[in-house]
Amino acid sequence: MENRHVNAIIVGAGAGGGVVAKELSVAGLSVVLFERGAWATYDDIDTDELNSQRAHALSNGYGPDNVRNKRVKIYPDGSSKIVLPTEAYSNNAACVGSGTVSYGAMAWRYMQEDFKLRTTYGHVEGSTLEDWPISYEDLEPCYEKAEWELGVAGDDSQNPFAPPRNKPQPMPPFSHNKEAQMLHDAALRLGFHPFPIPMLRNSVPYGGRPACYRMRTCAGFACPVSAKAGTHNTVIPIALESGNCELRINSVVSEIIVNDQGKITGIYYFDANNKKQKQTADIVIIAASATETPRLLLNSKSKFFPKGIGNENDWVGRNLQGHAYTGAFGIFNEDVFDDLGPGASVAICDFSHHNKGIMGGGMLANEFIRMPYLFSDIRPPGAARWGAEHKDFQRKNFKKVAQVIGPYQEHPVFDARIDVDPLVKDFWGIPVARLSGFRHEKDVEGCKFMSEKAELWLKEAGAIYTWQNVGGGKGLSGGQHQAGTCRMGNDPKTSVTDKWGRVHSVPNLFIADGSLHVNNGGFNPALTIMALGYRVGGYIAGEWSKGNRFK
Amino acid sequence: MENSKKISRRKFLSLSLLGVGGVALISLNPFSKSTSSNWRFFTNDEGVLVDALAEQIIPTDESMGARDAGATNFIDKQLMGPYIRYQETYRKGLKAIQETCKTNFKKSFEALEWEEQTKFLQSMEAGKIEGSNWEKGFDKEFFELIRSHTMQSFYGSPRHGGNKNNVSYKMMRLDYPVIIGQNRYKV
Repeated sequence: MENRHVNAIIVGAGAGGGVVAKELSVAGLSVVLFERGAWATYDDIDTDELNSQRAHALSNGYGPDNVRNKRVKIYPDGSSKIVLPTEAYSNNAACVGSGTVSYGAMAWRYMQEDFKLRTTYGHVEGSTLEDWPISYEDLEPCYEKAEWELGVAGDDSQNPFAPPRNKPQPMPPFSHNKEAQMLHDAALRLGFHPFPIPMLRNSVPYGGRPACYRMRTCAGFACPVSAKAGTHNTVIPIALESGNCELRINSVVSEIIVNDQGKITGIYYFDANNKKQKQTADIVIIAASATETPRLLLNSKSKFFPKGIGNENDWVGRNLQGHAYTGAFGIFNEDVFDDLGPGASVAICDFSHHNKGIMGGGMLANEFIRMPYLFSDIRPPGAARWGAEHKDFQRKNFKKVAQVIGPYQEHPVFDARIDVDPLVKDFWGIPVARLSGFRHEKDVEGCKFMSEKAELWLKEAGAIYTWQNVGGGKGLSGGQHQAGTCRMGNDPKTSVTDKWGRVHSVPNLFIADGSLHVNNGGFNPALTIMALGYRVGGYIAGEWSKGNRFK
Repeated sequence: MENSKKISRRKFLSLSLLGVGGVALISLNPFSKSTSSNWRFFTNDEGVLVDALAEQIIPTDESMGARDAGATNFIDKQLMGPYIRYQETYRKGLKAIQETCKTNFKKSFEALEWEEQTKFLQSMEAGKIEGSNWEKGFDKEFFELIRSHTMQSFYGSPRHGGNKNNVSYKMMRLDYPVIIGQNRYKV
């Protein structure tokens, strides 16, 4: 039986797609929301570290599975390898809510400078860093919607570097655990400006969901009481309750359909029984992630779009960014671990911008609790990686090690990219994403700078032994904070979409995920992806109500 | 795969009444390489070697080591499940270790002195084992694999066959199960 024609198709029920589904269905558009994964629940993996999205040893607890999915990675030495989700997807998830089910749930707004990187830092050789076509002020109302509709606990008034806001965050911030309190006090002594990390997690009951009870297994795991807000327990249920949104899970979208007039009319997908199906719609919105969105555009070739949709100027899949995580570890004389989860609690934005000689920067914060298996890889340089000494370190220091870490804002690089592999196909026969390219050489300098600050902070807090883990380096970017591969811009020659997320060359095709980011800020990107979901979804709904059918 | 796991409740009960439940279940597994093995994937000889390797990686001291906490059981179990892709690597790697030990020391790995075993693994870790069994880099690669799998067995959840009685969590003074808030029955 043919699927009924609808107003809008949304591909991907993650941070961006979930928000768009709510905006459109509440506005009265008929919507089908496609998700390649399933509904995930806490009980799928419970507190099992080896199946968590963070350690992903035995499986990605929240998808995708190793049996049907793969990618190709090209390494700096030119060699290439087929990689499985647990080996190299770097925490990317596939389920209703996607990464927002198992993320750490930090709720950052990017800063004003992040939207004006080129204006702030000028041209950097070898980088495509650029201003966004929108300012922070343009996105501010969307950040506010995300904070209030999903629920954020925080208090920006404690962060002097926070961008201006119209309304405070809706819930009070969390109290610090022991480690964070020590770091908070030390930061004040150093003249830094510590504050509680804003979180998409309930500090008090909110949105019909209870308050967080501070599990140690939070980042990498679903929440047993739904205190952590993702799109799966906030906006997607609202979309479904509107009666206008159908959620189709275990459905893998393979191609965007172009008719014989060159118009986009819908998508092909493989349903839960792996049968190829067709869904038509007036509008198509791709929110499949900065890796899977360009893959889908590039896999949609036709005589009208011989290089893939939106790829007339070879910008689809370019500028793949993530974050170069960088920081330091410290061992303390006494226990700093008090088992008050999720661990990450205190942050500073003193080094987020305006560091002499450094482009960008990033926030620094204490880290989420590392469970025992992940901790077994945390050792000072030169320490034993196995044997009696390794075991003894684990025993003596598990509760005495603190980590300060931050997401350094990478320089966008044109040749860091997603394309599709000419030979390798997934279970459904769809050409897989191929990742290649390098980080910019200057990223290492920024990482080194931030790691030194992290180490200084740990020492002031009383660490008796410290060491740095410096991020960046010549390697592939992307991963859990993937972004940038369908950049928004005013010039169609150097971007894929306009400032509303609409693909330049196609009137009824939109993108609503991290692919739009011109650069990725020095922060976890989830709230920005949600805000862009409100921007793109709100624009479509507003135009639709005025009679615009995007033809 | 699914079929191999399924055994009717009645059959299981009748077998366990005979007092041979555990062994019978394993020998009925059509994926077992040898019906006489105590393991799902490993041969008995391989099991002895993996025990010795795991004990080197996380040795017994004032608390249990990886061998007694079930490392071999963990790895064996995963090789019939999520780590099925590593079966050939294990078969090849374990054979290469024994053949190299027999050539160099006229003994199997597990019969070597503790310090000799340690030295051998250090050479593997550094990628310095020589011999026709080791293509370039395979010594290092196989050591990394067994090192990380042993760590997983010992520091992961006991539900996967290692970390017997939460021994590693106890050693690290980590309360388990978690006692705050909503508690749940752990399997």
